[in-house]
Amino acid sequence: MAEITYIQAISEGLREEMQRDESVFLLGEDIGNYGGAFKVTKGFVEEFGEERVIDTPLAESAIFGMSIGAALQDMRPVAEMQFSDFVSTGFNQLVNNAAKIHYRWGAAVPMTVRMPTGGGVHGGPFHSQNTEAWFFHVPGLKLVAPSNPYDAKGLIKAAIRDKNPVLYFEHKYLYRREKQELSGDDFLVEIGKGRVAREGEDLTVLTYGSMVPTSLEAASHLESRIDVEVIDLRSLMPLDMELIIGSIKKTNKALIVHEDIKTGGIGAELSARITEEAFEWLDGPIRRVASIDTPVPFAPSLEEYFMPNPDKIAAGIQQLWDY
Amino acid sequence: MRVEVVMPQMGESVAEGTIIKWHKQPGDAIEKDEILLEISTDKVDSEIPSSHEGKLAEITVEEGKTVDVGTTIAYIETEKDADIESSDNGESEKAEVAEDTAERSEEATAPANGEQIETKGRSGKDFYSPLVRSIAAKENVSQSELESIEGTGIGGRVRKQDLLGYLESRGTKPAARPTKQVQAIKYTGPMENVDVVEMDNIRKSIAKHMRTSLDTSAHVYSVSEVDMSKIVAFREKHKAEFQRKEGFKLTYTPFIADATVRALKDFPRVNASVDMDKGEVLEKRFVNLGMAVAIEDGLIVPVIKGADERSFLGLARETHRLANKARDKELDPDDVQGGTFTITNPGIFGNLYGLPIINQPQLGILGVGAIKKRPVVINDAIAIRSMMYLTLSYDHRVLDGAVGGQFLQRIVQYLEEFDGEGIL
Repeated sequence: MAEITYIQAISEGLREEMQRDESVFLLGEDIGNYGGAFKVTKGFVEEFGEERVIDTPLAESAIFGMSIGAALQDMRPVAEMQFSDFVSTGFNQLVNNAAKIHYRWGAAVPMTVRMPTGGGVHGGPFHSQNTEAWFFHVPGLKLVAPSNPYDAKGLIKAAIRDKNPVLYFEHKYLYRREKQELSGDDFLVEIGKGRVAREGEDLTVLTYGSMVPTSLEAASHLESRIDVEVIDLRSLMPLDMELIIGSIKKTNKALIVHEDIKTGGIGAELSARITEEAFEWLDGPIRRVASIDTPVPFAPSLEEYFMPNPDKIAAGIQQLWDY
Repeated sequence: MRVEVVMPQMGESVAEGTIIKWHKQPGDAIEKDEILLEISTDKVDSEIPSSHEGKLAEITVEEGKTVDVGTTIAYIETEKDADIESSDNGESEKAEVAEDTAERSEEATAPANGEQIETKGRSGKDFYSPLVRSIAAKENVSQSELESIEGTGIGGRVRKQDLLGYLESRGTKPAARPTKQVQAIKYTGPMENVDVVEMDNIRKSIAKHMRTSLDTSAHVYSVSEVDMSKIVAFREKHKAEFQRKEGFKLTYTPFIADATVRALKDFPRVNASVDMDKGEVLEKRFVNLGMAVAIEDGLIVPVIKGADERSFLGLARETHRLANKARDKELDPDDVQGGTFTITNPGIFGNLYGLPIINQPQLGILGVGAIKKRPVVINDAIAIRSMMYLTLSYDHRVLDGAVGGQFLQRIVQYLEEFDGEGIL
């Protein structure tokens, strides 16, 4: 078995689903002949033809409009945002149409939106954002955020097969850094299920996406002193509350880590849910390590200052452990 | 402007007060520092002066009512500030406030540092996390047990592992059950020929403190007799001159106080208190001597501060001053706090001796009996001497009979060896 990267895992997942199901097709900016800005769909147009790998105008609203229409006609569109930052110009189609059609008319909208996301790649304020919290608040959308090749593949396949609109947050920083040997079997990762990335007894770190490997690194730095459990949420909506609360009841301390800015992030909701459901099990405040509440800075030194890193996470773990 | 009058804090441990009497009625003018009302706490009764000049606008708590410290009990209308409020200044003040708020909200939108994690407010030793509370409740760990656990968290907070460690070391020992309140037997007979007298605050307070003391200390008693003949003779000889010079009577109290203070310096273990939770005896290097004084409808114990630093004359003057203040009900809360040992005088009505109850959190109390002429044997001869019984009640948790007995004998020795040289 060969090792494959996170980005290859996404490609494989897409390819397998397109081979398996004729109704699956891709649309996005420069995904055809160019193979996509990050080359996720390199070679796809040759294999599946221009009808199933559609280059669109630079118009996100149109991409989503086409996707919704096709999904209502029993197709399985997979729309690519070149950068998840650009999703804002298609916002209305997602939050008012894709998310609400089932509730309003009872029709399924089985579409997937690929969201290349996040910073750490010196992309500046318009190419580095974490946009999941914009959609976290919208009933009717599912949100997933894989942190490794296995989940990247299993979740893209599950998203395509899901009958609901699913926003798939693939982290650009992980694309070529995360590698794993994967079996060639057709496997899925269930949406709504998190996983224990590292077992521990002393303190729980709740995280997702790019912060999973970063948190694991922090945890290994502290290994000799603090036995940290790291939970990879994988699915942001719905959240795997059973797994989360179970871990909190074991360790009694929760540190939430995300690359998105702190205010109004996924961590705020997580913190509230834990307090609501496990208050009596807490032996310390729920704390968050997240990015600073500013746009993502362009200068590498400022971006480094802006984002969580293993040292900041380790400091957060240590302080909460000492509490 | 209406100014609130609140129930003042009369001494740091006092939580509530009862209004005995309003000296002013709504509508009455009042000067600053003029007596506005009288209040009673479980420690002391006090007259409360007005904090402002103006007119008493409203009384919100009637006489006889007991309220928490800090409760609004009245309003005073002051003239000066009222003018300001009715003038135009009010508007501009409001505008300023609005500006202020705008500024502040601007500040709030400034980038917040996402990494700063600070613990503010209640924390450390006073704070128990929800988890610690729930484990404590489940395992029947009392508040005082919790407080006794050494916390290893920030600021000494008790963490999960501290409590679990404690529970492990406590082991299978049955959890301390809350002591059951013994149901007092009440009179249920016919009520004719029964006068119902309401207990005032001081009475209730004494009742509570005495019961608490017996529930707290392991009382044990020693009794000794003292030949007071020398002191009686000394006093007879000097009392007239003393009265003329000092303006008050020379009593036996300062003699006994002086001997007691000296003995306390010899036996610091008696001049102490105990913290059972921490397992510590706190020996005081100063003597604050409580002197029980019977007053009209109760008993109060003013404290001679720094008694070990006072001369005989100083003790006599302070005893006199505090006793007068007590009888006039003018003691300040500070006058009755901080005692390290107490003397009481069950002999004052002619009784031979009494067995007093310890004044918490002290460890001992000396009971002074009446001085009576009795035939005693001295060198196999019978002589008539002025004899007095001294009783010492002390806390056997900390003080064994050896210490208690030796301490009492030391007082006897100092009294009997009295020579009176240079003390006046």
